[in-house]
Amino acid sequence: MSLEVALKHRLGDFVLDLAFVTKGRVTALFGPSGAGKSRVIAAIAGLMRPRQGRIAVGGRVLTETPKTFVPPEARRLAVVFQDARLFPHMEVEDNLLFGWRRAPVKADAARIAHVIGILDLGGLLRRRPHDLSGGEKARVALGRALLASPEMLLLDEPLASLDAARRSEILPYLERLARETDLPMLYVSHQVDEVARLADEIVVIEKGRVTAQGPVFDLLADVEAPVGVPPLGAVLDATVAEHQADGLTRLAFDGGVLLVPSLARPAGTKVRVRLRAEDLMLALEEPRAISANNVLPCSIAAIKPVGDHVDVQLRCGGTRLVSRITGASATRLQLASGQQVYAVVKAVTVAREG
Amino acid sequence: MMTGFLSPAETTALILSLQVSAVAVAAALPFAVLMALLVARHRFPGAGVVDAVVHLPLVLPPVAVGYLLLVVFGGRGPVGAWLWEMFGIRFVFSWTGAALASALITFPLQVRAIRLALEATDAGLGEAARTLGAGWWDRLCTITLPLALPGIVSGAITAFAASLGEFGAIITFVSNIPGETQTLPLAIYAALQAPGGEVVAARLCIVSIVLALVFVTAGNLVARRLWR
Repeated sequence: MSLEVALKHRLGDFVLDLAFVTKGRVTALFGPSGAGKSRVIAAIAGLMRPRQGRIAVGGRVLTETPKTFVPPEARRLAVVFQDARLFPHMEVEDNLLFGWRRAPVKADAARIAHVIGILDLGGLLRRRPHDLSGGEKARVALGRALLASPEMLLLDEPLASLDAARRSEILPYLERLARETDLPMLYVSHQVDEVARLADEIVVIEKGRVTAQGPVFDLLADVEAPVGVPPLGAVLDATVAEHQADGLTRLAFDGGVLLVPSLARPAGTKVRVRLRAEDLMLALEEPRAISANNVLPCSIAAIKPVGDHVDVQLRCGGTRLVSRITGASATRLQLASGQQVYAVVKAVTVAREG
Repeated sequence: MMTGFLSPAETTALILSLQVSAVAVAAALPFAVLMALLVARHRFPGAGVVDAVVHLPLVLPPVAVGYLLLVVFGGRGPVGAWLWEMFGIRFVFSWTGAALASALITFPLQVRAIRLALEATDAGLGEAARTLGAGWWDRLCTITLPLALPGIVSGAITAFAASLGEFGAIITFVSNIPGETQTLPLAIYAALQAPGGEVVAARLCIVSIVLALVFVTAGNLVARRLWR
């Protein structure tokens, strides 16, 4: 399903002037606070009427100034707000079924049970919102949006009001959602770990404008990406190949093999891993007798000095990697484009299991 | 209990008072909700004027309100004459006229309480309901009014209590007729006019105080019990 957005809107000193088209199943709208991300969500949901603009979801035109404006209640785009916005006078169950009761096509009982199951809401149904923790509220808000059977799910920093512990409690639910349903999602966030875990595609917004856009694999590892793009680091999808007798798990990816500490997933499972730029060292010769489990032969695609460090773009098979080293190291090694090097991987972060 | 304490005539005044107040509050309630929705949710030119007009009965001398009612709804008043000819409805010298006067006087109290409750509810909840498919009427019935319910109930109770004490507008508009328009305050007044009526007046005063305390306390209790 495609999402087409073109907006021109002025609010005091702030000018929103942007356009993007995405076909990703999970698209992240990434940018600092105050960049205008929530306004974009509001415009897509129909809660804001732009001065000028066009918004279409799956080819269905929802906003086209000056004539077309489908009201929010007819858009079938469910929003998960940062502050959950549960109805305080209803039990959790009635909150969950609020959108379901009004949906033209209703999810069946099995689907309701499934959503309640994956979000672990079974024990909360009789509770009132003020008796819920922040994490529980976020889960109920997510379930309520899902059960409305929307054509697209708009998530407006659903985890931003939660502390780190709560966030890591909810992220797996979102991950399962991204994996198990084929519902298109637009996910607003300024947290790179959330984006790397969930998104297929990233749209970077700064000061009301789109500054970069691309698949998560390319953009997060692109040394040429403009400032404001999340901290660099390769994101790659790998497949569990084998569980070795020495306790390590072999992950195959387009470019080689990564060894990670035992991963309790059957062979064939797709996982997503992150190699942060800071976690890749470079060596001109293949290092031996080294504690690192992963040494990947690569070629240098580009070198970009940024302040007192240097970002080195690497190609490893069909995969784009990036290493951040000091300027001094780059000079000492006399790195050049096209050169063959070895990337020593200090740490692999498994971003999404399965 | 009442029959032992109060004479049959006094009991009649008490029951009539409760009846007039109940009808006044119930009849004014839907209009109060509409007016509160209008002033709480919309910024329109003339909003200040509308607000001032709504509050007028609260600050105007009740006698003046009664007189204006007489001019408009009296037997020869434009509305009064029309109602009598078309429908045979008459407000003057009737308990329904007393209810009309009470409704008008206590209308601002209801509007105010409902408006405050509406303004205190989070507009974001309405937005959330919209994105979940709820239209205007739907949201009014399932989100807006239920969330404002404590305000609506406390406004109604306060208006009821205030209506029990209404004197000037009623006596001016519908006169002081025992069994028809003589509510508690009018009965107290009548008793004080008669020689040796102090005891009756004192008894009715005690009844008024008890009623006022009960309803004002109830109103406060409900107002405090907000959702969340």
